[in-house]
Amino acid sequence: MPRLLIAAAAASMAFTGLATAQDAPFKMEIAARQGIMAYRAIQMGTLGGMAKGEIPYDAAAAQKAADNLLASVTLDASMLWPPGSDNAANPDSTALAAIWAEGSTIGDKAKAMADAATAMQAAAGAGLDPLKAAMGPVGGACGDCHKAFRVPD
Amino acid sequence: MTLLASRGSLGAVLRSPIIRALIVGAVIAAVAAWFVLRPRPLPADTFAGLTGDVTRGEQVFWAGGCAACHAAADAKGDGKFLLAGGQALPSPFGTFYAPNISTDPAAGIGGWTVENLGNAMMRGVSPEGSHYYPAFPYASYAKAEPQDIADLHAFLATLPADPTPSKPHDVGFPFNIRASLGGWKFLYLNTDWVVAGDLTPEETRGRYLVEALGHCGECHTPRNALGGMERDKWLAGAPTPDGKGGFPNITPGKMKWSSADIVEYLTSGFTPEYDSAGGHMALVIENTAHLPDTDRAAIAAYLKKVPPLE
Repeated sequence: MPRLLIAAAAASMAFTGLATAQDAPFKMEIAARQGIMAYRAIQMGTLGGMAKGEIPYDAAAAQKAADNLLASVTLDASMLWPPGSDNAANPDSTALAAIWAEGSTIGDKAKAMADAATAMQAAAGAGLDPLKAAMGPVGGACGDCHKAFRVPD
Repeated sequence: MTLLASRGSLGAVLRSPIIRALIVGAVIAAVAAWFVLRPRPLPADTFAGLTGDVTRGEQVFWAGGCAACHAAADAKGDGKFLLAGGQALPSPFGTFYAPNISTDPAAGIGGWTVENLGNAMMRGVSPEGSHYYPAFPYASYAKAEPQDIADLHAFLATLPADPTPSKPHDVGFPFNIRASLGGWKFLYLNTDWVVAGDLTPEETRGRYLVEALGHCGECHTPRNALGGMERDKWLAGAPTPDGKGGFPNITPGKMKWSSADIVEYLTSGFTPEYDSAGGHMALVIENTAHLPDTDRAAIAAYLKKVPPLE
């Protein structure tokens, strides 16, 4: 009897695993990259809140947020972007297949994001005005990539 | 004999009071149609005594969003100044292609006078005297100050030339009859401010930027069946021309962003959730990012004064 139960449980687990793999082959990858985007948005919430005057400028907190942003940008997330994990095949994703297309500029966009995050990391702790000045390029880099490679709103 | 008889009957027909009345009516209608449909240029002295300033003209260039359509969609930096046209604007009436407005004298508008530019932007009339399609937002630019047109003219003259010919619009019958656009203008070219009443100087500046140069209403205000903006639903959101999405309602009835949120959005493109602007709005922000802080604050102040609609 216990053997039968274990076998049934194992079979059901295997079946569930198989079903998940078939229904959403890149579920984990997509969840992970969306998680990284949300993490960046949280860091930008700290920096942007100070830029807008919603929260008082605090050099240490601004530096921490900018450090975190840069860390998230330099993180090796390449394994989260396998070919085929685009919106056409995966409704949970908003990534356009153009990311993987011949002649894609995704590498340039990633470099621009790294440059903007590096500039923010140098500016955020130096004062409110430098932080404000660095917001535009970071937003520009985010938007530039979204404009080209994310499903339009 | 047959000929004489028919002449006689024609004479009789022409003497009939009813037919005479119809002929007179048709002539009046034709004159009225000509009156309504003819292109109407600006008064000849509109730009008299005005001198264009290049530096101020660059601010008008960004406020007017010229590059959003006339430069390549992926243009960056100085690429925004190469106004070779080509971007497609789909609509229920056909697909319009933004023309070359670079300084090339043949392919672009290098040979245009300030009057030519003023008539194009404020009246939708070409130098040859024909109507432009309102995909070119002259229904908004009509409210521009002549000094701003003069400044813009001076600035545009400093930009590079590009020999790429403008792409013909892909518009079918009956919308390809340009004279009919005279009727469109008669109905919808309205230079009254939508938001009237007492406004602070900041709100007044914001109104000018939103209603005139920024031409925000062209996308954010719904259009009727003939493509006229529905002024009683000003900035209340509209479907995108391809029908797949929508331009959001940005009246206070729907958009609850603070003034600081609006300013940040128009500066860096970050929404209050720190997502970034998408679609055509990303291109708009590449323009508004060049405006002075005071102008972005003025836009936010004006948006708070727009009648709230849900």
